[in-house]
Amino acid sequence: MKPRAASALASASAPALSGRRVAVDQTGLEERARYFQTRSLKHEAKREGLRLAVSMMDLTTLEGADTPGKVAAVCQKAMHPMADRYDCPAVAAVCVYPSLVSTARRCLAGSGVRVASVATGFPSGQFPLALRLEDVRRAVGDGADEIDMVINRGAFLAGEFRRVFDEIGLVRERCGAACLKVILETGELGSFGSVRQASDLALQAGADFIKTSTGKVTPAATLPVTLVMLGAIRDHHEATGRMAGMKPAGGLRTSREALAYLVAVNETLGEAWLTPQWFRFGASSLLTDVTWQLAKCHDGVYQSADYFSLP
Amino acid sequence: MPPARLRILKTSKLFIGGKFPRAESGRVLTAVDFLTGAHLAHYGQASIKDLRDAVAAARSAQRAWAAAAPSLRGQILYRAAEMIEGRMASLAAVISTTTGVTAAAAEAEVAACADRLVHFAGWADKISAVFGSVNQVATSHFNFTVPEPTGVVAVLAPDRPSALGLIGAVAPVLVAGNTVVVVASDAFPLAAMELAEAFATSDLPAGVVNILTGKRAELVGTMASHLDINAVVDASDDPTHRTTLRLGVAGNLKRVHFRDATREAGTDILDTVEMKTVWHPVSW
Repeated sequence: MKPRAASALASASAPALSGRRVAVDQTGLEERARYFQTRSLKHEAKREGLRLAVSMMDLTTLEGADTPGKVAAVCQKAMHPMADRYDCPAVAAVCVYPSLVSTARRCLAGSGVRVASVATGFPSGQFPLALRLEDVRRAVGDGADEIDMVINRGAFLAGEFRRVFDEIGLVRERCGAACLKVILETGELGSFGSVRQASDLALQAGADFIKTSTGKVTPAATLPVTLVMLGAIRDHHEATGRMAGMKPAGGLRTSREALAYLVAVNETLGEAWLTPQWFRFGASSLLTDVTWQLAKCHDGVYQSADYFSLP
Repeated sequence: MPPARLRILKTSKLFIGGKFPRAESGRVLTAVDFLTGAHLAHYGQASIKDLRDAVAAARSAQRAWAAAAPSLRGQILYRAAEMIEGRMASLAAVISTTTGVTAAAAEAEVAACADRLVHFAGWADKISAVFGSVNQVATSHFNFTVPEPTGVVAVLAPDRPSALGLIGAVAPVLVAGNTVVVVASDAFPLAAMELAEAFATSDLPAGVVNILTGKRAELVGTMASHLDINAVVDASDDPTHRTTLRLGVAGNLKRVHFRDATREAGTDILDTVEMKTVWHPVSW
């Protein structure tokens, strides 16, 4: 099967619903992902890459133990990741649970940092549809600029593609002007083929972003799975002219990995996607490592956790 | 007649985080027989990236090593001494071929290594009793002082004695709960890697001892500037390294100690501990 033709056909009218799948060459994919990780960015390119990575970050705190105080601290770090002399930009957004959206909104007021909220019964999505939609409505009402929804994996794996498609569409409506990121939870989908199918489905249902994971399931974001999703975004763009964003999330800890993702995006989708509008990292500890590396670039000495704020 | 067997020669690598990785740069140096100049083995030439990795390994091992019961740290060091004793023959052979000392002198050096570790193993549960104190104060406080480990300590081992110098520099640092990154002798590094094999098979947790071989001069500057190295013990007795270290730590004020690693002195433990004093309110 020709992948391009298949996805073009698919986008005609809810094509993924037919169960048509785009074949994924697993061996080639993993080899390509490995190749991206062998590159090493140095000096000025590394510094620019790291700054870009910070500006694309959705600084995330999604713990049962989150308090308004913790969210306030995360927001402070989001707005000022490092001392001014390091010339480090603010992150793109802070991602919290719906009940903490108003706190984050207040802390980030006027900063340009957006508020993202997980919704639709995060992280499982195993709640009645009415509750999930209410979850979205309240998060948006409290001031969330972006909604990270989880798809109903149970329905997807049971083959109820129409239902998943319709649910994403309903959430899309409830989001209004808010940006909708659809979490596929690729660690639970089982195969690259399913990831591709879920990506196509989410894109056709109106997702602004597709996102790998909740961060609560292992494996979370990996480069091969991200490449599959980037491929879906590229094909969707070619077929419909509509751009969509990508957000790998969960398990991202090192600057080195982050730079490999940026290279992958540039090589798969092109420079137009290398902005916070079209690419995000969902992470909590990644910011710490990136700030270490920026400090290393600036000061020329290896850094210590003793001199950085806690993640 | 069966063909003569091809001997399997050892290529020594680095010892980082309990593993034996090749040098990140892929560079190797050659060790030779001290007397004949004949080729003995290749060994890894560490770069500052290997040093960085070793410091990361030492850092991640440090908290658990410091939190281990002092008696357990003592037992583990004793166990390392047992491993060295068991490798008497191979260690002595390496020492005598690489440094040119007699077989008897080499054996005596290995025995001294084991004895030195046993000596410091015995210190483990006595450090806070001997160096700590309960202090008389004028207010109603229970006031006491306890020694705590400094953290990650970088060690420059001397050329001679190549094994005892390393053990002598490292033992007083380890016993207090510090983790170490050792740069072995430039001239005679093979004994250090034999010791690494002994450490790897003892019960020392991965990352507590990390050993790099190569050219010290490439690494000393980074040792001084790396903010995650809390102290440096320099037993190399090299004036150039001493100057580099003194200048390098001027910006970050980390501790640097210059030491003759052949001596056995319990008070060397004090170089890499921090005294914590606690004022605990009491009411009568």
